[in-house]
Amino acid sequence: METWSRFLDTFFKWQVMERYLPAILKGMVVTIEVAAAVVVTGILFGLALAIVRAFRVLALNALIVVFVDMLRALPPLVLILLVYFGLPNIGINLPSFAVLWLVLALVLAAFAEEIFWAGILSIPKGQWEAARSTGLGFLGTLACVILPQAIRLTVPPLTNRTIAITKNTALGTVIGVGEILNQATSAESFSGNATPLMMGAIAYLILFVPVVALGRFLETQFAWRRV
Amino acid sequence: MEAIVQQFFNLGIMREALPLILEGLKQTLIICLIVIPLGLVGGLAFALISLSRFRAARWTMVAAIDFFRSIPPLVLLIFIYAGLPFAGLRLSPLTAVAIAFFLNTSSYYGEIYRAGIESVGLGQWDAARSTGLRTHHTLAYVVMPQAVRNVLPDLVSNTVEVVKLTSIASVVALPELLYSADMARSVTFNSSPIVLAAAIYLAMLWPVVRLISRLERRIAT
Repeated sequence: METWSRFLDTFFKWQVMERYLPAILKGMVVTIEVAAAVVVTGILFGLALAIVRAFRVLALNALIVVFVDMLRALPPLVLILLVYFGLPNIGINLPSFAVLWLVLALVLAAFAEEIFWAGILSIPKGQWEAARSTGLGFLGTLACVILPQAIRLTVPPLTNRTIAITKNTALGTVIGVGEILNQATSAESFSGNATPLMMGAIAYLILFVPVVALGRFLETQFAWRRV
Repeated sequence: MEAIVQQFFNLGIMREALPLILEGLKQTLIICLIVIPLGLVGGLAFALISLSRFRAARWTMVAAIDFFRSIPPLVLLIFIYAGLPFAGLRLSPLTAVAIAFFLNTSSYYGEIYRAGIESVGLGQWDAARSTGLRTHHTLAYVVMPQAVRNVLPDLVSNTVEVVKLTSIASVVALPELLYSADMARSVTFNSSPIVLAAAIYLAMLWPVVRLISRLERRIAT
C-alpha cells in the first residue's frame, strides 16, 4: 500500500494535475497546430516535387534527388538547431514555431516525394500510352490517369511516415516551442513532481493512438501487393 | 555570401571543434552499437509474441507496440531520464537512452518483422513441418530467411532512422555527436560545428539512403 500511494503521489498527484492541466491543454493546441501545418505543406510540397520529377528534366531531377537524400539522411534535430541558431547570424530571424514547421515540413516533403515517385513508377507504362493515345496531354495523363492510381498505393507508407514525422513536433521543446513536451517539462520543474510528464505522455497518447490505429487499418486496406 | 561562409563554413572553427566532435562521434557509434542489436533482437521477440497462439499475449504485445509507436521517443526518453528519479530510480544518460530506444525501436522493428513473417505463405510452414522440422526450426531455417529478405529495405531504412534518432540523446546531455557540436556552437557563437556534424551524419547515412532507394526499386519490379 505504501509503494502504491507513493507511486500515485509521484505520477498522478491530483493537485498537480489540476494546476497544470490548462498548460498541457495549451501545449496540445500548439502540437496540433504545428502538426497540421507540417502535414499539409509537407505532403503538398512532396507531391509537387514528384510531379516536377515526372517531367524528367535531368538537371532538375538531380537537384530533387540530392535534396531528398540529404533530408532523409540528416537527423531532424540537427536541422532544427542549424536553422534556429544559424539563420539569425546572417540576418534572418524566424520564430521558433516557424523553424520547427519549416524543418519538419521539408523532411516530410522529402519522404513524401520518394513515396509519390515510387507510386508513379509503379504504374505500368501501358497506362501512359493508352491515355496519351486518347489525346490527353502529358499533364492531363498525369493528373487524371496516373496520380489517382499512384496515390492509392502511397496511402499506407505515407500515413506511417507522416505519423513518425509528426511525432517529431516534440523536438520543438529544444528551441522553446510551447508544445506538449515543453509545457510538461517546465511544469515538472515548477512543481518538483513527475505528474506533468505523465500528463504529457498521456496527451501524446490521446493524439497519436487513434492515428497509429488508423495507420494499421489503412495498411490492411491498401496493402502493397508483394509477390 | 561572405556572412554565410563565415557563419556556416568557417574552416578555422571547424578545425578547432574537430577533436570534440570526433569524441562525440565515438559516443554516437557506441550508442548505435548498443541500440541497433538490442532493437533487432527485441523486435524479433516483439514480433513473435504479437503472432503468438495465445490471444492474451498477442493483444498485450500489439497494444504495447502501438503504445510505444504513439509516444514520441524524446518524450519517452525524458520520462525515463527525468521522471523516474522522482520514483527513486536514477539512471545514467546512457542507460536511459538504451532503455527508451530499446522500447521505441523494438516496436518499429517488431512491426517490420511481423509484416515479413506474414508475407511468407502458410504453405511454407506446412511443407517444412511435414518434412519433420520442429516449429522453431521451421521459423529459423525456412520462414525467417524469406521474411527478412522480403522486408530488407524496411529493416535497413529503420536502422537509418535509429542512427538519426541517437541525436536526441543530446537532450539528456549525453555527449554524442550533436551534443558536442552544439557545445562548440554555443562557445564559438558560430554554426560551423553543427554543419560539420551534419556532414558526418551525411557521410555515414547518405550511402545507406542511396542503397535503400535501390533496394526498394528492385523489390517493386
